[in-house]
Amino acid sequence: MSGAIDWLLLAEFSLVGLLSGGVLALIALGFVLVYKGTRVINFALGEFMMVGAYLFWTANVFLALPWWAALALTLAGVAALGALVERFVLRPLAGQPVISIVMATIGLGAVLHGLAEAVWGGANLSLPELLPRKPLLLGEILLPGQVLWSFALAVALIAAFTAYFRWSKDGVSMRAAASDPVTAYAMGIDVRRTQRLTWMFAGVTGAVAGIIVASMTSLSPSLGTVALGVLAVVILGGLDSIAGAIVAGLIVGLLESLTVAFVGGQARDLVPYLVVLVILMVRPYGLFGTRDIERL
Amino acid sequence: MRIGDFHASYRHDEALFDTRAQRVWLGLLLAALAAFPFVGGSYLTYLACLLGIHLIAAAGLNVMTGYTGLISLGHAAFMGVGCYAVAVAERAGIPFFLALPLAGAASAAIGLVVGIPSLRIKGLYFAVATLAAQFVLGFVFREWESVTGGVRGANVPAASLFGFELAGDRRVYFLIAPLAVLMLLGARNLFRTRVGRAFIAIRDRDISAEVLGISLFRYKLAAFAIGSFYAGVAGGLWGYFFRVATPELFGLPLSVFYLAAIIVGGLGSILGTILGATFMTLIPEFLRALVGWAEAFGLEQAGVYLAPLRQVVFGLLIVGFLVFEPHGLAEMWRRTRRFFHLWPFRT
Repeated sequence: MSGAIDWLLLAEFSLVGLLSGGVLALIALGFVLVYKGTRVINFALGEFMMVGAYLFWTANVFLALPWWAALALTLAGVAALGALVERFVLRPLAGQPVISIVMATIGLGAVLHGLAEAVWGGANLSLPELLPRKPLLLGEILLPGQVLWSFALAVALIAAFTAYFRWSKDGVSMRAAASDPVTAYAMGIDVRRTQRLTWMFAGVTGAVAGIIVASMTSLSPSLGTVALGVLAVVILGGLDSIAGAIVAGLIVGLLESLTVAFVGGQARDLVPYLVVLVILMVRPYGLFGTRDIERL
Repeated sequence: MRIGDFHASYRHDEALFDTRAQRVWLGLLLAALAAFPFVGGSYLTYLACLLGIHLIAAAGLNVMTGYTGLISLGHAAFMGVGCYAVAVAERAGIPFFLALPLAGAASAAIGLVVGIPSLRIKGLYFAVATLAAQFVLGFVFREWESVTGGVRGANVPAASLFGFELAGDRRVYFLIAPLAVLMLLGARNLFRTRVGRAFIAIRDRDISAEVLGISLFRYKLAAFAIGSFYAGVAGGLWGYFFRVATPELFGLPLSVFYLAAIIVGGLGSILGTILGATFMTLIPEFLRALVGWAEAFGLEQAGVYLAPLRQVVFGLLIVGFLVFEPHGLAEMWRRTRRFFHLWPFRT
């Protein structure tokens, strides 16, 4: 990059980055949903993604079902998984210190990772390309089709979830149970049911994100490592803010893409973590998160 | 049934090991440790060395996480700092008895920097900050090739004392074992001092601790520095033991391993550190033996499942202990002892 900045390159990488931020935002939504609903950071989200993608592969490629049937089966599968996890891991740990819950989700991730490797093997599998590849030309800027469509899909899903949270009866009771479980109980809300629903939704978002990521790259047990980087996105946006997750997803996507363009490929993985370190020093509750007020 | 142990003098009250039985058993243990590499075979000596390193690192993490309540997902990276520090120090011709404290100090210095956010953030947010530190340090290990040798790693020469090389498992054992004993005793002793008590107060309720006049900033950083110092020394020993430092050794899985060890053993307990680290070191060996038997009995495919099996068992242990025995092996041990102390009057 000697001399003048290549504006066209800058614009192209910025757009691609912003668009690929959509998937990041979708994964971030998986973290935010669980945190809002149950005050837990789900370190096993990456493994949920991976399991979702593997289930989809099994249904679509191995059993040769059409994609909509495979998708329905996958979503039912991960929703069941989420419900099981809530019942047998998280519910017994209610009220335990943060470290117990963090470690429980990490342990859960290890179990899922090991099981997936035992069932499907460690080799790379490939999903059929679900999203059209045809690129979009904006003047001289070329946008890859997969990135564009994954962005559109992510936006649609995020919008759907936001609407659900805001207007549906379940969404309202989930928000109520999250902000004050005791009062929610007193008002006749079945808090256990809302928490189960929360985990099922988290599984579903994770699985969809996993399928998108796997269809764009490839499918292996280590697919889930993407999610740890997304944690940075979540922290940047604020752990309990859906809007924050979207904005932060776009910002991190943009930064990653620009880093690849102007610094080098290896530095890319570092970007989210540097962002998170800076954010935690400057504004620990993120861009849009609620500030915790502590009392004795 | 054992009768009560009454403290009749201040010296007795302050003793680290307060009953005669404890002191006798401790003496026997030290003798057994000294004789171990000559009696046990080379495989057991290797395991003992590995265990010694794990013990030191886990003790450091327990000081941070178990006693002070600062969750660290970056412990392995601090070990890495220690390991590379030893590699660099040896290249500069510094002998091991200076290189190891230097490794600890280097790690503690970096720990101080990472610990700075701990004043503003805690709990989950802090865990994520240490996770970020883990990845940033890992990146430095990979990319700072002139010092760390990049992905290929750096070689560590054998520790030598006046021309006597501590090469081979049996000789390194006599470097690791005394250090492990010393550092565990140090950790145990720490929690009888003002500093250690302050750590516990911060863990239990940090705002209350501050109201009582404990400087949160100073003591949280101190906890981080001590924990990273332990990690650094453990990393240095790792270097002298395996003779090589590569970036992927000190990744997130190792950090999670230590967290698992102190959870399985018992948070906030030195005995728990010892039990947990021992247990978690032996489990993979046990699984390998199990798979070996399975193969011997005609299941040729069993070997393929070793790695996934390890992960599943590892995860199940973490979740299982958290759900069914949150205070870990140390609590099981206490319960067993109590049973025999009170038997036959209360069962």
